[in-house]
Amino acid sequence: MSDASKDTTQTVAPSESQSKGRQPSAQELAWERNTLQPTLEKSPERQSEFTTISGHPIRRLYTKTDLTGRDSARDLGFPGEPPYTRGIHSTMHRGRLWTMRQFAGFGTAEDTNQRFRYLLSQGQTGLSTAFDLPTLMGYDSDHALSEGEVGKCGVAISSLADMEVLFDQIPLANVTTSMTINSPAAVIWAMYLAVAEKQGANWKKISGTIQNDILKEYIAQKEYIYPPEPSMRLVIDTFEFGVKNTPKFNTISISGYHIREAGSTAIQELAFTLRDGMEYVEWGMRRGLNVDEFAPQLSFFFNAHNDFFEEIAKYRAARRIWHKAMVERYKSQNPRSWALRFHSQTAGCSLTAQQPYNNVVRTAIQALAAVLGGTQSLHTNSLDEAWALPTEFAATIALRTQQIIAHETGVTNTVDPLGGSYFVETLTNEVERGAWDYIHKIDSMGGMVAAIERSYPQREIAEASYRYQMAVDKKEKIIVGVNDYVAEEKPLEILQIDETVAHRQAARLRKLREERSQAEVDRRLNALRTAAKGEENLMSYIFDAVKSYATLGEVCDAMRDVFGTYEEVAIT
Amino acid sequence: MPEKKIRVLIAKPGLDGHDRGAKVIARALRDAGMEVIYTGLRQTPEMIASAAVQEDVDVIGLSILSGAHNTICPQLMKLLGEKGMSDVTVLVGGIIPEADIPALKQSGIAEIFLPGTSTQDIVDFIHKRVVH
Repeated sequence: MSDASKDTTQTVAPSESQSKGRQPSAQELAWERNTLQPTLEKSPERQSEFTTISGHPIRRLYTKTDLTGRDSARDLGFPGEPPYTRGIHSTMHRGRLWTMRQFAGFGTAEDTNQRFRYLLSQGQTGLSTAFDLPTLMGYDSDHALSEGEVGKCGVAISSLADMEVLFDQIPLANVTTSMTINSPAAVIWAMYLAVAEKQGANWKKISGTIQNDILKEYIAQKEYIYPPEPSMRLVIDTFEFGVKNTPKFNTISISGYHIREAGSTAIQELAFTLRDGMEYVEWGMRRGLNVDEFAPQLSFFFNAHNDFFEEIAKYRAARRIWHKAMVERYKSQNPRSWALRFHSQTAGCSLTAQQPYNNVVRTAIQALAAVLGGTQSLHTNSLDEAWALPTEFAATIALRTQQIIAHETGVTNTVDPLGGSYFVETLTNEVERGAWDYIHKIDSMGGMVAAIERSYPQREIAEASYRYQMAVDKKEKIIVGVNDYVAEEKPLEILQIDETVAHRQAARLRKLREERSQAEVDRRLNALRTAAKGEENLMSYIFDAVKSYATLGEVCDAMRDVFGTYEEVAIT
Repeated sequence: MPEKKIRVLIAKPGLDGHDRGAKVIARALRDAGMEVIYTGLRQTPEMIASAAVQEDVDVIGLSILSGAHNTICPQLMKLLGEKGMSDVTVLVGGIIPEADIPALKQSGIAEIFLPGTSTQDIVDFIHKRVVH
């Protein structure tokens, strides 16, 4: 037992059962008196207070009393039917397993293409692309600010030529691809569509996801280029383009993952993500799009953190909130707009650099929560990711973890196995209520863009992250191998990306600039610049520019000329 | 006369926007009684060195998670030398492979704090190192 938990033991627990107007049954009160109290007097509980990793209080016991006044037909329904609490499909993982989608990307396009093909050969069912920081920020690999960063946190993609290599021998007609790209999402997506076109794949049939969630960049991950208004315009441009041209492509993945990684609580992750989703819907409708035209192409992305039941409650509450918002706020008529589909990723921030093999266990438990919460696709982190991008060895164990959950544990045999649990249902209700409180608060500020400009979500997350760090420093929260159960260990073999990647990229860019028609590039970039000054949808201009092999940096610069760039007010 | 507060510049160099660590450290050092200036995101070594001179800091804390440390740190140390700031204590926190640590220390980085470090350990290190 840890020192911290020993220090906080107590002799008699307060009667939790009658908190907050709760009226327990006569039987429950009798149990408390006859069985519980004598136990507590003899052997007190380990802590005076039990909370989730987010600090949410958890009681000793949940009973039928906790669900008084709830209507299971209204609040739970059946799977595949509103309000989707129990899942968005009637058969869930009995029908189809979630997509095992491991996020991968490092070095040059050749390096990542090889890893993609390896993962597909090992039974992975979808691709997910990690881009390096210069790409995420809309800079070419040979830009001064890219120095030291090329190919380090993901693959370096500076032009359509790189994209062609990235998906070489991968048939985009059959493989769904997710791309974690935000500020330059429209540009990278245009490159992807150009590759698909060259491969002869039908745009109406190809499927995949661009993250394209700029709001969470301002809130948490901070990889923004332009100010909020033009950034939102670009997002809605992709929605509009997607509705017409790529009906099976998810034009956004509204992401709580990064909000959670930045240190938020589970309720904040849920609330800010769903309020972001509502913001996109409102901007789309303001553009004149019918909500039911584009809402079916919205998808979500949540974190799968350590606190098992809190995470499951979060996913269940997410579906219920989204359904209510779509129907009541936006008067959606199409059930395809109501069902919240989500990808999940285990929590990178929960991985420890110390005793890294323990991370396999953490990841397995987190992944199990995502599966029990009804995820549509899943990325499991590799054991070495507190140190570096994963080696092939580590990435393989991460994929195997999902395969073990899918095929060996039996948890996929039935739909929403935890539905009806007094605890899980109560926690789902509490998480939902907490999220609505935040959503209403952000409404009252005038929406998410306005709240971001006031640094409201940023400040809430910073507070939560500091509270958590203090709890860890004081050992109120134990992290095995970090603040307890510490041991000496051997360093791990990790993946190293050297500077030859940057040199290879620079050489390829030099060659590209020599071989392409500069006049054509200039003409198309000028057309984009002119269009950006007006109100037209920019997707076709961006598409034209990338097809002439204008680079990512050049296309983003053309828009920087018109839109300017964004600087946040740094809060600490 | 009150003791002069230790002045710390917390900087986030490179293109990475993951500022959770930088913000937690900034606040922990402030709570420990230090004067903390946070540069905000995407600072070049030149910007950090200039800010260090302007703010006359005792300590610079760099938060680097992106793998760009081998490029950024030597550049910053060189600039600090040129600006007569070699006596400033430079700390790095973040994701730094153990194999890279000796060379970084060789370049003049005083200490490297890896994931899992308690904020108190960093406070204690600074107090021991910077004596007014």
